[in-house]
Amino acid sequence: MQGSISDHGTSKGLKMGTTIIAIEFDGGVVLGSDSRVSAGASVVNRVMNKLSPLHDKIYCALSGSAADAQTIAEIVNYQLDVHSVEVGEDPLVRSAATLVKNISYKYKEELSAHLIVGGWDKKEGGQVFATLNGLITRQPFAVGGSGSSYIYGFVDAEYRRRMTRQECQEFVINSLTLAMNRDGSSGGVAYLVTIDSEGVEEKCVLGNELPRFYDRDVVEPAKTEKV
Amino acid sequence: SVNGEWRSSKVSTGTTIIAVTYDGGVVIGSDSRASMGGEYVSSRVINKVVQVHDKIFCCMAGSLADAQAVTNAVIHQLSFHSMQMGEPPLVQSAASIMRSFCYNHRDELSAGFIVAGWDSKRGPQVFQVSLGGMVLEQEFTIAGSGSTYIYGYVDAKFKPGMTREECLTFTTNALSLAMDRDNVSGGVVHLAIVTEKEAEKQLIPGNKLPVIQSLE
Repeated sequence: MQGSISDHGTSKGLKMGTTIIAIEFDGGVVLGSDSRVSAGASVVNRVMNKLSPLHDKIYCALSGSAADAQTIAEIVNYQLDVHSVEVGEDPLVRSAATLVKNISYKYKEELSAHLIVGGWDKKEGGQVFATLNGLITRQPFAVGGSGSSYIYGFVDAEYRRRMTRQECQEFVINSLTLAMNRDGSSGGVAYLVTIDSEGVEEKCVLGNELPRFYDRDVVEPAKTEKV
Repeated sequence: SVNGEWRSSKVSTGTTIIAVTYDGGVVIGSDSRASMGGEYVSSRVINKVVQVHDKIFCCMAGSLADAQAVTNAVIHQLSFHSMQMGEPPLVQSAASIMRSFCYNHRDELSAGFIVAGWDSKRGPQVFQVSLGGMVLEQEFTIAGSGSTYIYGYVDAKFKPGMTREECLTFTTNALSLAMDRDNVSGGVVHLAIVTEKEAEKQLIPGNKLPVIQSLE
């Protein structure tokens, strides 16, 4: 699944180049995103949190056109509020994903955004739904955004069933880092949201705390000696 | 498509090619699919790993016609150069000759290459000669349309100084993953392993490739 290709941003609006990823584990989900918003060659916001709450235990990851994605998320947030009052309890993740899908499908010619929906509900536990172009599909994990192309091989090879919460968080951080290293439209810091029956944990991993991978040409600075 | 638009497009090697140095040699690999218009597979078993000299190989990506023309010219020039010098050519010489073709005809050509092999001066080496004629020496490199999908994988998994077995596993896994995701890469895996002693060729058929875990 490909994200939007970056345009010259000034004429078409802001694009979130982006890398987004969501993965479920036994008891919850982990969502992750980078933080770069670009307008053509310019980085307009280097610390944007692209993980947006749709409800208490349901989040979505935004990619593609910044305006389109944010608007869809706001509309669905409102619709879910109404829906949860009507049913008298917390909404299902599938309901949230369906609402996103309805908008993405109906306006598919005008919109250019891809939202990945992830959350926890008491019926099915942790779930991840992809909603690209108006489809809806539940998957063990999903990647999206322009940076996702570079990590398909990595996530295909590294994903294993029944990973623990900790392993999922590492998987997300590693994947985001690798994509940010290769995709010019992704970068900045990594945002993580972990949702389970207890609640929501939000985390921000700064650029210098991200894992480092081997690179022959990187020379670590020599430690200075004290006289 | 119904109209067979592929009939009016040129043959290209939508491709995945890779070359990786390890402790004592280099492994060079490619898929085997030639496609037209992204729809029709015109050959499912072409070998994109071409031997340009005893211990030097070259991988092709892009327009198949351009790639073959340049590779044949390099084979010719390299053999002449090697006769003049009276010794086996350096990998860097092969990359240089490749580059001068790609650069001087950059407006007409649309092919990219990986040049890799072994010579007595600097041992195993890998050079990427890309579209406009840039040459970059690296410990390993990937190229072709399928390479996009495995950047994350190779960045995460490569270690310098691997053993021959580790290097073969790394290369085959990378090609397999790319072939699974890129619709214009596929078929079998062609490998060449070059060390001080010899240059060995291998073919791994599709059903013997590593199985990537399914999303069940």
